[in-house]
Order: sequence, then C-alpha cells, then structure tokens
Amino acid sequence: MALTLTTQRLLAGLDHGPAPRLTAGGLVDLVEASGLTGRGGGGFPTARKIRSIGRRPVVVGNAMESEYLSRKDAVLLRTAPGLVLDGLEILASALRARRVLLAVGHRIDPGRVREEVAVRRSPVEVRHLAGGFVAGQESALVNRLDGRPGLPGDPLVPVRERGVDGRPTLVVNAETLAQLALLARYGADWFRSVGTSEDPGTFLVSLTGSTRDVVPHPGVVEVPRGTSLRDVLNGAGTPVQRARAVLVGGYHGTWLPMAALDAPLSRGGLAPYGATPGAGVLHVLDRRACPLRTSADVASYLARESAGQCGPCLNGLPRMADTLARLAVPGADPRLSAEVERLQALARGRGACAHPDGTAHFVASSMRVFAGHVEAHLRGECHALGGAA
Amino acid sequence: MSRGARRLHVDWTRCDGHGSCAELLPELLALDDWGFPVSRTGERDPEVPAVLERHARRAQKACPLLALRLIPAVTRAP
Amino acid sequence: MSEALWALGRGTGVVALVMFTVTIVLGILGRSGRSVAGLGRFGVTEVHRTAALTGTTLVAVHVTSLFFDPYAQLRLVDVVFPFLGAYRPLWLGLGTLAVDLLLVVVTVSLLREKVGPRVFRTVHWATYALWPIALAHAVGNGTDRTSSWLLALAAACAGAVVVAVGWRLSPSYGERGWSRTPRRLPSWPSP
Repeated sequence: MALTLTTQRLLAGLDHGPAPRLTAGGLVDLVEASGLTGRGGGGFPTARKIRSIGRRPVVVGNAMESEYLSRKDAVLLRTAPGLVLDGLEILASALRARRVLLAVGHRIDPGRVREEVAVRRSPVEVRHLAGGFVAGQESALVNRLDGRPGLPGDPLVPVRERGVDGRPTLVVNAETLAQLALLARYGADWFRSVGTSEDPGTFLVSLTGSTRDVVPHPGVVEVPRGTSLRDVLNGAGTPVQRARAVLVGGYHGTWLPMAALDAPLSRGGLAPYGATPGAGVLHVLDRRACPLRTSADVASYLARESAGQCGPCLNGLPRMADTLARLAVPGADPRLSAEVERLQALARGRGACAHPDGTAHFVASSMRVFAGHVEAHLRGECHALGGAA
Repeated sequence: MSRGARRLHVDWTRCDGHGSCAELLPELLALDDWGFPVSRTGERDPEVPAVLERHARRAQKACPLLALRLIPAVTRAP
Repeated sequence: MSEALWALGRGTGVVALVMFTVTIVLGILGRSGRSVAGLGRFGVTEVHRTAALTGTTLVAVHVTSLFFDPYAQLRLVDVVFPFLGAYRPLWLGLGTLAVDLLLVVVTVSLLREKVGPRVFRTVHWATYALWPIALAHAVGNGTDRTSSWLLALAAACAGAVVVAVGWRLSPSYGERGWSRTPRRLPSWPSP
C-alpha cells in the first residue's frame, strides 16, 4: 500500500544474515539501552521483563493474533518469519532456556515459519493453536501449552514465576521478538534513530475501517512510533472528513475523535487521551455509522469471548453489552446511561485476567467520546447517516 | 501502610459466589448483582486494617472453595 | 463397669449418627449457597464443620469405650480392618469401614489448604458413601435392633438425608440461588 511515512525495518524483506549470540547481561544492557517496549498490547519495558525472569526459563513467542482486528502477526510470519525465530533463539541462548516455543494462532498459516524452523534446524517448537480473544493472554496460553484448557490462571502466581512445565516462563509478542532480532544486529542507537525518545523504534499498525469508503486499503504498515494519526491515515488514503473517530489499540483500546488527529502514536503522545498504542490496531469509524451501535456490537463480541471462568466477567460483560445495545436504540430510557456507567465500574479489577477491565475501558471510552451522540439518542435522535455500517 | 499488613485476594478461578465472605467482612466486601464479592475500597485486593484481620481470617476459612487468600500488603514490582 | 462402657459406647454412637446427619444436611444446604435465618451462609458452613468434628470426636470415644468393654470383644485390628470382628462381624465391619472413610475425609478436610480444592472436593464425595454405611452400622449393631426409639431416630435421620439429597438433585437447586450463567469450570483448578 502507498504510504509515504513508513520506515521499513521488520517488513523490509532483507536478508540480515545470521543472528548474533548474546550473553544474558549483554542482552539486558542492549534492550535496556534501546528502550524497546512490548508490542503485544501491554507495552511493558522488555528489558525489565527479561531481567526479572528466573533461571533456565521457558521462552514462548506469542503469535496468537487473538486481537480480532490485528493482522500483524500473520504478516510477520509470512514475510519475515526468520526475524521472529531469531528473536526467540537470541533469548533462548542468552537465558539458557530449557524450551522455546512459538504459539501461532488459528487465523495464521504456520507453513512458512515451520519451513524456516526446519531449514535452520531451530530448537523452536511451533504450536498451532485454536482459540479466541482471550487465548493469547499469557497465563491462558501457558495452560494451553501445558495441555490444560486455555483458561487464564490466578495472577497471584505469574507465569514468570511458574509457567510451562511449572518453570519460569517468558512470554514475548512476535513483533517484539522481530524488533529484538534487528536490535541485536544493529544496536540500540540504530533502534532509537526513529521514533520518539520516550517511545523509540517502529511498530506495526493494522489499519482497518468500518467501511471500504473510509479505509480503501486496509492492511499492515510499519511506522515510526510518534507518527501522527493524521499522517498514518493520510498515507493510507483515508478521507478523514468521512471519519467520525478512530479506535486506537484494539478492542480493549480507546476512541480518538477527529479533533485528536494530530496525536502522536506513541505512549507519551496518546497518554493525554487515556490511550496507548496497544496491539497497533487503528480502526476508523465511518461517520455514517452509529457509534453507539458499533460500540455495542464490539462489547457484545467481547462479552461472548469471555473465557467463562470468572463470574463477574461471564455475567457482567453480557449485561453491560446488552445495556449499551439498548442505549444504542434512539429514544432509550435515560437511566440506561447511568446503568452502563455502573456496570463498567463493576467489571474492573474482578476476574483472573484483564478481559473485563479492557472491555470496561472500551465501553467507558465509547460513552465519553460519543457523549454527544448519547444525548441525541436520549432525545430520540441519531445523527449518523444511514444507521449501522 | 504498616509492616505486616495484609490484603485480601480473591482467586477468581475458584470463586463461585458463595457469599460467606461478604457476610463475615461486610466492611470490605459486598456482593454484586450475581452474588460475587466486590471490594468496597475500590482496590482489586483490599487492604485489611489490623482491627479487621481476625474477621478476614474467619472469612478466608469460611470459603468452601478456598478462593480467598491473605497476602502481604507490600507486593514486589515485576 | 462394662455396662457403663457399653452405655457410653452406644450413647456416643447414637449422637454421632445425629451429628453426621446434621453435617450432611448442612453440607448440602451450604453448597446451595442459600442463607439460613440466624446462621447466614457462613454459619451453615461453620456449623457443618463443627458437627462433623463433634461427630468425629464422639466416634473416637465410641470406639475407645467399646474397645475397653469386654462385652464388645473389640480387638485393635477391628478398629481399622473391617469384617474380622467377633460380635456381629458384618455390621461391625461396616462400622470399621465408616471409621476408615471418616479418617480419610477428616484428615483431607483439615488439610484442605495444602491439598488444594480438587483433591478436597473429590475426597469429600466419599461422605455420600460414609453416611449410609454409618447408618447401616448403627441400625445393625445397635444392640436392641428392634428397639423402637433407635429405629425411629434412624428413620428420621434417613428421612432428612433423603429430602436433602432429593433437593440436591432437583433443578431448583440452581446456581447457589442466584440468577446467573453457570461458570465454565477448568478440569484442573488452580493447585
């Protein structure tokens, strides 16, 4: 796709030669100096994650692509599987890992990466796993890899202490691994040469739209951190006047209204909007779509994707989605607004994983950013042209 | 925060909304629309003041599914 | 002296049966998550445990006093290995079996935090076998098998348990009394 502001690193398709081997200390220093943060959604500083892992860990690459709107893991494993494997092998050798695995989601074809594993006689065990939105959550993934149902575990004992085979387990997103593979070759200064000082490097953006009109060319692009939302959309040929808002991060992310178009896509740049780059998803909402209808549909999907293990999530999310759906019908009862607010607060911090929290965050963002639309609905009007899109 | 202070942790993989805990520790726990415990303090793992520690222990023992734990209040950062 | 021991043995046995009947009924009531006026939910659990431990203590006294009573002809082996006894070996054997099961259930229950909820729950199912065996032993070994007071008491206990179990199996037993979606339980709960 035609995008003027891309920096091709992961997606350059170059042969970078063999990956270097690093010592544990060397690895931590390098990653620390680079400022690399997790690209899976959590945005955790990767150096801290590596430093805190126990002896002889198990290393797991997370390419589950369980974020519904994301396509980056698929693109990476198709165009640069070697980089993902390099990242795993660098970690495995530096940390003297007992085992190293790559979990590939069911929406991705593992053919290419399996070929690459065979060609280089890699110790990486590729596992092709089914699973929905919660399947990529690290403790659910660890349970799955151990042959148990993929339900999240109690976070009191995190997987970095006890995970696969009962061992300390380091779970790293596929894109983070690929970034690490290049970082190890070219150094921290090179890594920091694009992006912002507080959020350096590039990241993969999965750009989608609620209609073809608003995003004519959906796909995955690699952009420097700190690129403005406007520049990414313009580069993709998005007619911004047709858009109402952009969902940033993923289904657990935050809506940015058009007034925030110049927000830099970095942790610092998005923080004032209560948003983070998340899993790199940018979903553009067509102005013709009713934003409450769209939000209710997303909330419904998220409710169905509950692992069903924890009462507050299993019961609370469907009720919240249902209430939002009723609010999405113009002429709704005004008390529904307060009820949505109550239910989203009730979903936070209660459950083994962050699925209810993320869903509540999304719903709260919808209510806040589309507050004007909510008011219109309560008056019996809907300002979207043409209803649901 | 005093040394030796405790927090009440719910293991959500075990909790089935039996509700004894909220009966024994109403200062810290209420029940939601479906009978599952909610922290009244807004914290995920509510801190247990010293005066309530005895009641918190009783609540922990009363849970038929062993879903409650009293953990140290100061948790180490990852 | 032998008569006193015999009386103590029978007395503690009968009361233990009542205790275990209360235990099992409250256990079923507790699992239902229903609150009982004056007890709450926590009270049902606590009284359930107290009745169980009281019953266990009474069984210990029951076995000890009968062990020292020459009329009962109880050897040490009969306390642990069933059906080897001299006096009414079948019914006595059931008593021994009940004691064996009781020992396992109580030990695991007291150590439930160590063994974890899965082991605890699995072993606890044995109480559905333990209670009828204890009842059969009580009726079979209670000396005056035809004495109406013991039969009436046994019938009352049996009635209570049958009603409780019937409720347990009925659809109205439900999700702990709340209107909610049943949780998808992992086959491997957290250790």
